[in-house]
Amino acid sequence: MSAGSPRLSRRAAEYAFLVFCWLATGLALVALAAILWALFKQGVGGLNLAVFTRSTPAPGSEGGLLNAILGSVMMCVVAMAGAVAVGVMAGTWLAEFAKDSAYGKVVRFVNDVLLSAPSILVGLFVYELLVRPMKGFSGYAGAAALALLAIPVIVRTTEDVLRLQPVALREASVALGAPVWKTILAVVWKAAQGGMLTGALLAFARISGETAPLLFTALNNQFLSLDLGKPTANLPVVIFQYALSAYDDWRRLAWAGAMLIAVAVLAVTIIARLSTREPKRS
Amino acid sequence: MSAETDQVETAPARTAKGVVFDRTFEALCFAAATLLLTALGGLIVSLAIGGWPAFRTFGLRFFYTSTWDPVQEVYGASGAIVGTLITSALALAFALPFALGVAIFLVELCPERLRRPIGTAVELLAGIPSIVYGMWGLFVFAPWFAKHVQMPAMMASPPGSVWEKLTAGVPNGANILSASLILAIMILPFIAATMRELLLTIPPAVRESAYGLGSTTFEVIRKVSIPYVRSGAVGAIMLGLGRALGETMAVTFIIGNAHGFPSSLFASGATIASTIANEFAEATGELHTASLVALGLVLFIITFAVLALARLLIGRQAHS
Repeated sequence: MSAGSPRLSRRAAEYAFLVFCWLATGLALVALAAILWALFKQGVGGLNLAVFTRSTPAPGSEGGLLNAILGSVMMCVVAMAGAVAVGVMAGTWLAEFAKDSAYGKVVRFVNDVLLSAPSILVGLFVYELLVRPMKGFSGYAGAAALALLAIPVIVRTTEDVLRLQPVALREASVALGAPVWKTILAVVWKAAQGGMLTGALLAFARISGETAPLLFTALNNQFLSLDLGKPTANLPVVIFQYALSAYDDWRRLAWAGAMLIAVAVLAVTIIARLSTREPKRS
Repeated sequence: MSAETDQVETAPARTAKGVVFDRTFEALCFAAATLLLTALGGLIVSLAIGGWPAFRTFGLRFFYTSTWDPVQEVYGASGAIVGTLITSALALAFALPFALGVAIFLVELCPERLRRPIGTAVELLAGIPSIVYGMWGLFVFAPWFAKHVQMPAMMASPPGSVWEKLTAGVPNGANILSASLILAIMILPFIAATMRELLLTIPPAVRESAYGLGSTTFEVIRKVSIPYVRSGAVGAIMLGLGRALGETMAVTFIIGNAHGFPSSLFASGATIASTIANEFAEATGELHTASLVALGLVLFIITFAVLALARLLIGRQAHS
């Protein structure tokens, strides 16, 4: 052990290892910077008032992304409403009622599978479930697909934050004579609302950029429409179609749309992250 | 009996109305949980039913032939299956060492002040939508890749060698290798985040005792930390792999979308997900649609196997 060379090789290995770790992190940051830089460079050029006030154009004519933005917002709102209701209830069941029962374990496993199931398969499922029987693409089908993607995220975070709430909290409420449902609603949920909100925000961030499941559920719509019963324009699918088109003005719109989505998603992610750090740890 | 609900159930003051509400509330929660099961069951059943015409027409040939011809109505999935497996495996091979490096950097090396901003930045990398990766990949990364990687590699390969076969292709940057690299960037933050969590679970005393014996950081990581979190780490890798297998939009943009077996690293190819994304909305024949749904079922089975394995490995560590 006291020989000079093994020591030197140990030190060399250590040095190479440290350099590699720095390098890996540096590369990850460079990738992030390169993507954001390209987004802003290309996106800002395509951004103007028309993007927000006019609908998607035919190639060569003036237009914007209004119908796509509106369609995306409508579908996300509908999807989130359904997903929060189902996800919070299911998460509550797992945390408060299931405990370590066999069925609880099955549900937890299934939720994990849904959480990482490829989103395009959810699109196929909703196509078979809703689009094919109803003989038409619709905004509701798109919202259903997005809801299915949001639910597992909400279930997971709800269960996690509810489990963090101390047993004494529930005991205190019950000791005052409150029934279980009231204890959960007014005490446990209330104490956990910050964490649950974070879960919902993360779910929202996840679905707002999803493209694959919308390709054959909501499809697209060239015109401004408030009717979710028909094919509905949405930002991701418009970006997909316009980016791969041969027209420069369509590509410019695609970049502007991509920047809008990325900014929205990253902003929501950052807000969710900041809000989880908020509670003071005693 | 220390579980909370046991005590709740023996609570003193209970009105009949309270009991009814309690039952209803629990039933609602139970129904929501059961809906998850129904969703997964429905997913599997609908893919099986929707894909059935393809399985019936082609039988096992669907899995091992690579002809994909909507005009002749002949469909074989092996090109897409192989494309999916190759791109995912390559992506994992590229992402894993770097993800480990990032995780170790954040846990061991990072100056305290930079820990949070760098952690957030890595997390943002995970938050960027797939379609944005796709656009960046096609318009920014692919041209750079063609010029600085693909061309030099093709120039440098001796004629007639294996190397030449591996690098054959049109130098436009849309190919198997560049798709794998984009996938690697996409799954890196997920693996890094999970690894970081795992490394943080190691009790300080374990690492300190190794340092106390005179180990270098490298030795502590290699001989103490990594073995300590091994099964969880394998689980994390599997989760990353699962993500790569199902990734759709980014791959669709950059893989070149050619059917059949990819003949080289720089050849265009297709994955299961990219094929579905490209063709489903425009599929005309019944058999075309069914074949795409059948592809979906294959993808589900592959990802499910990977996820179940990951779950098993992560779960095992939680128990020990």
